[in-house]
Amino acid sequence: MCFKAKQLCKLVLYPAIVLLSIFGGSAWAEEAQRWQVNMTPGVTEIGHKIFDLHMLVFWICVITGIGVFAYLIYSIVAFRKSQGAESAHFHENTTVEILWTVIPFLILIAIAVPSTKTLLEIYDTDDADLDILVTGYQWKWKYEYLDANGENVSFFSNLSTAQGEIYNAEDKGQHYLLEVDEPVVVPVGKKIRFLVTANDVLHSWWVPAIAVKRDAVPGFINESWTRIEEPGIYRGQCAELCGRNHGYMPIVVHAVEQEEYDAWLAERKAKAAQIKELMSKNFTLDEQMEAGKAIYMSACVACHGVNGEGGVGKPIAGSPIATGEITGLINILVNGKPGSAMPAFGNQFNDVDLAAVITFARNGFGNNMGDVVQPIDVYNFKQGQ
Amino acid sequence: MGEHHGPAKGISRWFLTTNHKDIGALYLWFSFAMFLLGGSFAMIIRAELFQPGLQLVEPEFFNQMTTMHGLVMVFGAIMPAFVGLANYMIPMMIGAPDMALPRMNNWSFWILPPAFTILAGTLFMEGGGPNFGWTFYAPLSTTYAPPSVTFFIFGVHIMGLSSIMGAINIIATIVNMRAPGMTYMKMPLFVWTWLITAFLLVAVMPVLAGAVTMMLMDIHFGTSFFSAAGGGDPVLFQHIFWFFGHPEVYIIILPAFGVVSHIIPAFSRKPLFGYDSMVYATASIAFLSFIVWAHHMYTVGMPVAGELFFMYATTLIAVPTAAKVFNWITTMFRGSLSFETPMLFAIGFVVLFTIGGFTGLMLSIAPADFQYHDTYFVVAHFHYTMVAGAIFAMSASVYYWIHKWTGRRYNESMGKAHFWISFLGFNLTFFPQHFVGLAGMPRRIPDYALQFADFNMMSSIGAFIYGASQLLFLYNVIATIRSGKKDDTAKTWDGAEGLEWEVPSPAPYHTFSVPPQVK
Ligand code: HEC
Ligand SMILES: [Cu+2]
Repeated sequence: MCFKAKQLCKLVLYPAIVLLSIFGGSAWAEEAQRWQVNMTPGVTEIGHKIFDLHMLVFWICVITGIGVFAYLIYSIVAFRKSQGAESAHFHENTTVEILWTVIPFLILIAIAVPSTKTLLEIYDTDDADLDILVTGYQWKWKYEYLDANGENVSFFSNLSTAQGEIYNAEDKGQHYLLEVDEPVVVPVGKKIRFLVTANDVLHSWWVPAIAVKRDAVPGFINESWTRIEEPGIYRGQCAELCGRNHGYMPIVVHAVEQEEYDAWLAERKAKAAQIKELMSKNFTLDEQMEAGKAIYMSACVACHGVNGEGGVGKPIAGSPIATGEITGLINILVNGKPGSAMPAFGNQFNDVDLAAVITFARNGFGNNMGDVVQPIDVYNFKQGQ
Repeated sequence: MGEHHGPAKGISRWFLTTNHKDIGALYLWFSFAMFLLGGSFAMIIRAELFQPGLQLVEPEFFNQMTTMHGLVMVFGAIMPAFVGLANYMIPMMIGAPDMALPRMNNWSFWILPPAFTILAGTLFMEGGGPNFGWTFYAPLSTTYAPPSVTFFIFGVHIMGLSSIMGAINIIATIVNMRAPGMTYMKMPLFVWTWLITAFLLVAVMPVLAGAVTMMLMDIHFGTSFFSAAGGGDPVLFQHIFWFFGHPEVYIIILPAFGVVSHIIPAFSRKPLFGYDSMVYATASIAFLSFIVWAHHMYTVGMPVAGELFFMYATTLIAVPTAAKVFNWITTMFRGSLSFETPMLFAIGFVVLFTIGGFTGLMLSIAPADFQYHDTYFVVAHFHYTMVAGAIFAMSASVYYWIHKWTGRRYNESMGKAHFWISFLGFNLTFFPQHFVGLAGMPRRIPDYALQFADFNMMSSIGAFIYGASQLLFLYNVIATIRSGKKDDTAKTWDGAEGLEWEVPSPAPYHTFSVPPQVK
């Protein structure tokens, strides 16, 4: 019997030690690592609290588990019929049953206290230094930095992993599926409030390292906040099934020092101002064709082909819409074609770029309609609808 | 009157039967077929996830696979399996000649195959089958759904009807047809857990029917229950869905608790430690299951008071659940244990379900759930409860009662092999999913970042092993029916207790035409 108990001890302790060594390590990088087995504590105070809570409950489970499984294994080993065990016939023992009801209950209360505290902190979204409106689209994110003077900065953030990597034609890069064309830039040490919503279906904005996950619900605005302690690049993904490309709408947050953030924001604003100026400019056909071609080659070529010959999308060369009534062409670019793969670009591009690519569709690939679409035309079209 | 007749001959026996054993067998075979179908969807999912990148299927199809896997397994495999078991066993366990409403019984089974034909048929329709997850959150399942969603709704309605009729029948049988002397507190636990389950079914299946009907209205009749643009609320859908969905998970697991509470005492040769407390624990779990639904929605933006209420209520479920686990182990303590296949599956159930319970406790903690929600950690958690819980218990039941059903013995070594391969395959599949989930891998994605590759490959290998082991099970069952060793002893297992062990094996077509006396 004594010998058995020793063996049992070993059997139980060994996995516990292995577990300890796996979960005990505290050197967590900002990004998920190969063979990573645990949650990241991340780079925010709340993240650390969540992590501690997670570990608290985890260890309570491990210790209870060791107890329960030791009891089970002992019963299995010690009371085998094949070893001549005879069964006792006891049952019902009120004291024991009350004990195993009350003890778990007390443990639950011990967990509930820190959980409640942390939850209240997560919900305290007051007094933010910076508000960012995050909107989920099928399948990209839009970020809008809300400015007291109405000079909002906004842009879309798309997956930048090449199709070739996804379809295994090229080698996959280090940040496969977790890279975007335009990251969200935020200052460190500031309370940033995210106002999360969606344009079409549900999405969920999640970046593990900064401990924010909020569902993006069309028609509603959810609030969440973070205060990032260390500069760095933090990556996340959409966490609510949102259709075909749910797996392909990552999030990248660049946390930078305040000065760097200010410089970035200033540059963004200058760019916005520049666009405003361009809005009233009259472009020549050549200017529009050149700018439009560049946009076409990045945003349209996948569906419409290098020579406008079509593919997923209909041909642009000789297209009745591209060569027809001009508002028809502006309309399909601004609003897309619902029910088809043709996306609405009205919110993705500014009017200057839209005007350029529309001009290109009208005159490129031998369509040669000869007219130039100006940014103000697009602007007026949008106002008029 | 009183003349015993056997089953009708030919195919009409199965279409027209009102016999609880025939209908039970139909349910069991149907659910196994669905288990293989849902399992093959899972194999496609795991094959695609074997490596990062898209290799086999496109994301649209992948989404249809995750959706159909969930729907078929929950509504086609697990639920009908336990209804089948109830049909077969409950009349025998309570000393009744048949179910209370035999014609309705026939009907509640026979509307199932059409329902699942419609559901599976959506995969071949234009635009593909349902691709919005088994939880079918609006507006992805309404405004943005493929046209086949209407057929999906029709299918859900039919299977809901089937479940409600089945539940009413079970309640009517248990309440009215117990043998003289069998008071409620003398009923076998499987009967108790099913009685409670049946009440859950009657309470929540209409809620599901309401949810899909509202979807139908939104899609075809211009209402906006779930569309914010028309003044509706997409979150409302989730509340309604989970008001059904949370009791649903207990509908799945309570009958499993019941069978384990038969098998463990039988192979411990010792009565269940605390019968009364098992009954009370089951009832409290059922009650709590109605007030915890929003723990599936911690990140949806509820007010903090709601968040706290659902967190506290959810953690409370740990108390009766723990009582059950302690109860099973204490039944084994100082028993005289042997480890035939049913017992192996029952012990496997206790171990793995406990792990699923632990992760459940972790998930109930709202702040931590902000990191766990919609990751593979959740996927791991519910497969520990659904597969290692419900499906292990179901396998245990088949081995436990198959001799009673067929009068033939199954092959014990093949049964044990089935257990050990399943156990290994299951853990290899789902244990690593805890890790990738914690490390940040969202669920329902066809492709993933490179750091998740190793564990996903393990998971896929495990899934193929687990899948293959079910074919061994099928082979063993068929071999038993066709050529298992004949043996008409009434008591298959020396430690088993209950009325079903007092009739010969196989149990005659009509058992207990004269009610037995229960002391
Ligand atoms: C995701 C694929 C996709 C992308 C990207 C895309 N389109 Fe399209 N486009 C389509 C499809 C599909 C149609 C056909 C819609 C229909 O009529 O059913 C279409 C139609 C059109 C048409 C009308 C053609 C006709 O004759 O009916 C024009 C013009 C057009 N696209 C221009 C563009 C431009 C310019 C861009 C880039 C800014 C672009 N598209 C990007 C898929 C795409
Ligand atoms: Cu999304």
